[in-house]
Amino acid sequence: MESINEIKRDTLSALLSSGKRGDNRGMYDYRAISVQPGILQNAEGSAMASIGKSQVMVGVKFDIAKPFPDRPTEGVLSTSADLLPLASHLFETGPPSENAIELARVVDRGIRSSNTLDLSSFFIEAEKVLALYVDIYVLDHDGNLIDCSSLAAMAALLSTRMPKVEEGKIIRGEYAGKLPLKDIVVTSTFGKLGERTFIDPSLDEEKGMDCRLTLATTPKHLCAAQKGGWGAISERDLMGLLDISMEKGKELRALLPKE
Amino acid sequence: MMGGNTANKPKLLVSGKRVDGRGVEDLRQIKIVARVLNDADGSAYIEWGKNKILAGVYGPSECIPRHDQSLYRAIVKCRYNMAPFSGMEEHGRSGPSRRSKELSKVIKEAFENVIIAESFPKTQIEIFVEVLQSDGGTRCAAVTAAAVALADAGIPMKDLINAVAVCKIDGEMAVDPGKEEDNFGESDMPIAFSPRTGDILLYQMDGLLTREELARGLELAKGATEKIRKIQVDAIGKVYAEPKEERFLVIK
Repeated sequence: MESINEIKRDTLSALLSSGKRGDNRGMYDYRAISVQPGILQNAEGSAMASIGKSQVMVGVKFDIAKPFPDRPTEGVLSTSADLLPLASHLFETGPPSENAIELARVVDRGIRSSNTLDLSSFFIEAEKVLALYVDIYVLDHDGNLIDCSSLAAMAALLSTRMPKVEEGKIIRGEYAGKLPLKDIVVTSTFGKLGERTFIDPSLDEEKGMDCRLTLATTPKHLCAAQKGGWGAISERDLMGLLDISMEKGKELRALLPKE
Repeated sequence: MMGGNTANKPKLLVSGKRVDGRGVEDLRQIKIVARVLNDADGSAYIEWGKNKILAGVYGPSECIPRHDQSLYRAIVKCRYNMAPFSGMEEHGRSGPSRRSKELSKVIKEAFENVIIAESFPKTQIEIFVEVLQSDGGTRCAAVTAAAVALADAGIPMKDLINAVAVCKIDGEMAVDPGKEEDNFGESDMPIAFSPRTGDILLYQMDGLLTREELARGLELAKGATEKIRKIQVDAIGKVYAEPKEERFLVIK
């Protein structure tokens, strides 16, 4: 496996130094993207997104929960990710891997720090709040699972219906309008190999690149970020890639269902 | 599950019609699409009533861990799993439950009968089933989808199997119980037939049945199995009729 990755790295490096990519894309072009919102009926919200051959489903469920002791009047947001063994020969059954946990936490940070959700509106009564579960289900892995997952998560939240709550209980199958959202958060993930940066790394590119940078943005702000991999980025990279991700954010938001 | 909460039991059969308007021999609507995933060696997506289930197959590949290997045949592994958002009720817990472990086992054993495993010593064939939305009868839909995924992966099999449940509702036998019939019916009996031989490869049952009711149930299941097989064959045929380089799961 290692030697194959060495070959991929060499090929990728040679291509990138002449300004090309394996699939003839431009450095800052995404692969084909599709979004399908509202695909499930039992979940309060759901969506699928695909980028290239990567496919991710997100299901959103509400439950009643106890608030965290330090935030007694706020609801709970919980994001998890499953790298399903059917999605890739690289994934195994068992407890969540560090990659699955990183994926869930990066998507979670984007949603949480953008303040798109008003968690105080999930308060029911003392010791009782709504918990919102965002479950990322990776079905097919061809690279850039972070952007694919955050797109699916945002589409699922946009399709989410608020549960009807009576006497501190959720009445399943009845709803009280849509989940209010203040902003649309999207992420753009970049790869870096040598001195070159490029958007939306494919699985082959992920195997060969030095590092990755994810920037989560609202229309006006940077709201979460994550660097991954052993390679380094410069301040100049960071500022330049933020400009690109703000531009790309417009394209990605246009693919999401309207509020 | 069966017979629980009899206090709120609705009428399940009114002049031959069931709660969703079906007759006793009618299946819910079934739709199967084969090869919806790119990395898996074989895959299939099934909608069966409101059930939405995805099956993926890998193999034959090197059997890991090595101590699971057989020198004589491929080892068949199966994981049946329910998504935490698949149910109408509360958010599910992650990790295998006792129920999902049992279902993984009986599904695996049904396929061990038909997969020609002797052709692939020292390898493993893995079947992964993800219930994305549940509506009663997920194990039968899982077997039906997994068989198509195995065929799509090119795994040689003696037969293309499928499964269906029969139930007893208000004293009458009926095929393919929905969620409500599953919860309030008097008996539930999932069966996987090998359509070619008539052999029974998965069989579970609970509730109370007379000898006559059992015979009627088997007859109903056998009739249904023939119908399901046609849908499976059509799904596999479509993969070759419309070849595509990239496959996507499209859910309407």
